Amino acid sequence: MTSPLQQKIKITGASIVTANRTGDGVVIYRTADKSWSSRIADASVVHNADEARALLSEAVADDVGAIGAYIAPVEVIEGKIEPGNLREHIRSEGLTIELLPVPA
Amino acid sequence: MYAYDEIDRTLVNERVSEFRDQVQRRLSGELTEDEFKSLRLMNGVYLQLHAYMLRVAIPYGTLSSPQLRKLAHVARRYDRGYGHFTTRQNIQYNWIKLSELPDALEDLAAVGIHGMQTSGNCIRNITTDQWAGVAPGEIEDPRIWAEILRQYSTLHPEFSFLPRKFKIAITASDHDRAAIKIHDIGLRIRKNEQGETGFEVLVGGGLGRTPFIGKTIKQFVVHRDILSYVEAILRVYNQYGRRDNIYKARIKILVHELGIEKFAQEVEDEWLQMRDGVLALDDAVVEDIRSRFSYPAYQKLSDNPDEMKAASADPRFAMWLGNSVAPHRVTGYSIVTLSLKPVGMPPGDATAEQMDAIADLADKYSSGEIRVGHEQNLALPNVAKRDLPALWRALDKIGVATPNVNLITDIIACPGLDYCSLANARSIPIAQELTKRFADPDLANMIGKLHINISGCINACGHHHVGHIGILGVEKNNEEFYQITIGGRADEQAEMGTLIGPAVPYADVADVVEDIVEAYLALRARPDETFVETVKRLGVTPFKERVYATR
Repeated sequence: MTSPLQQKIKITGASIVTANRTGDGVVIYRTADKSWSSRIADASVVHNADEARALLSEAVADDVGAIGAYIAPVEVIEGKIEPGNLREHIRSEGLTIELLPVPA
Repeated sequence: MYAYDEIDRTLVNERVSEFRDQVQRRLSGELTEDEFKSLRLMNGVYLQLHAYMLRVAIPYGTLSSPQLRKLAHVARRYDRGYGHFTTRQNIQYNWIKLSELPDALEDLAAVGIHGMQTSGNCIRNITTDQWAGVAPGEIEDPRIWAEILRQYSTLHPEFSFLPRKFKIAITASDHDRAAIKIHDIGLRIRKNEQGETGFEVLVGGGLGRTPFIGKTIKQFVVHRDILSYVEAILRVYNQYGRRDNIYKARIKILVHELGIEKFAQEVEDEWLQMRDGVLALDDAVVEDIRSRFSYPAYQKLSDNPDEMKAASADPRFAMWLGNSVAPHRVTGYSIVTLSLKPVGMPPGDATAEQMDAIADLADKYSSGEIRVGHEQNLALPNVAKRDLPALWRALDKIGVATPNVNLITDIIACPGLDYCSLANARSIPIAQELTKRFADPDLANMIGKLHINISGCINACGHHHVGHIGILGVEKNNEEFYQITIGGRADEQAEMGTLIGPAVPYADVADVVEDIVEAYLALRARPDETFVETVKRLGVTPFKERVYATR
């Protein structure tokens, strides 16, 4: 499989790096302090391909902590980071569907 | 039920401890994700949008009540309290933690179930008719042959790294409930003029990016030769199947490119070299496997018991009876389908509480046996007719008696973009909206048999190509659109649906389906002409005109 770092990086606007946490699969975001957060608000936002490549590169290097890191589009509205497409909305905010009732 | 032996138990337990070690090494960093990925996939562990997903095989769709209780336990203890039954007689858990997976698999192993060969380029879970062994007119129980193939294919060294995944389905009834024509190999059990059991063998069916209906490669393979013939097909595929292009790697592409005659000749040449070898099935082996299937001691019961006469006055019971209860091969018994398609809920989902309750009801009313169908419903295969009213009340209480089997709200849907990392668009919310639109049981009954199948991407886990109405989610400029096909079917007359026109946006899908249904109701020749019959008679044009007249 091609490493995400070997793929051509093309970004058209504000972007972040996201992945899933290795131990439990939870959605996580790469932060500016080279760590991970489960809150998109903590994500490090990049604006060009070089920045994105650097952020992705350090994320991919953390193979123990995270799985499947990739660059995802976001919108930054009045300082608030919002997912840039439906897939990322669902990853960030959860299912869009009603589920069968499960006892707490 | 089939009783697993010590070999099965040892194999499954050894795999669990092997996987436990692999998970520990992954979590400690000793294994990279690149090294670990194929190991987790061999145990049915995928990574989806929100979490890992565990796919567990339910061989030939048969579960015992202890097995179903264990599936409930896994849902409750390791997941979020529910599981999702798939179109290939599997169950998927969507929120499972990698660190807890070995424990979950150990718990499942205690009842002989596992996730092996539910992923990867190997022979996947062998599927069959969910009414196997109890359907009237069935030639014989196809699960015996599914079990023989399961044993043969489990961890088969030659076929663990095929060009691509490989799916086999078997039926023994005239009416195909196993969708054999859309499988890599489809087997239809038949008898020859001498009364011997054998198989019509179909090959090269499949959906996905390049859909094909399977073609008959051999009209009759006598039962002793079925393993060698299947192996000959696999060998030809393994040798010539494309490994350079994942989109052209399935056997259907090879069959299409070689042509069925040339492919059949290759198989024949291979087969003639090996048919009398070790794979020739000894009758004693078949009988041994047959003897490990147990059947209930059926009683002599009335086909029209007093309990039924009394209950039939209740119109809700009568509607359920007419919809969800099918004839059994034994007088006085029925096959009961449990709808996992309640209005407004995800198709195929069941909570741990429902699974536990169904297991209890199976013990009380169905010889402890539960079946899983590719339509994402469950069935109780051995219900005495006198017990139907009491069973219905119990099923109704737990929400699995919606009388919509085979009707427009009995929708097949993949998990779609709500869960799946491959999906381009959502499936479940479309299904939920449609079940609300057609929630009125009288309306659904008036429409009659109509299967809607929804897939969130071209991989077609929701079998959209063969839906009477098929809905395929695509993404255009970051928005969800849906292509609509009509006239498909997955049974013995399997056919791909025909696209009716340009894709429509998410918000329009339910309206479009309503338009199609209204057109059908206006166009059908008589009330019992089914939707697919009307489409077959008239083609797609009148439906297309109706849908796009105002769009």
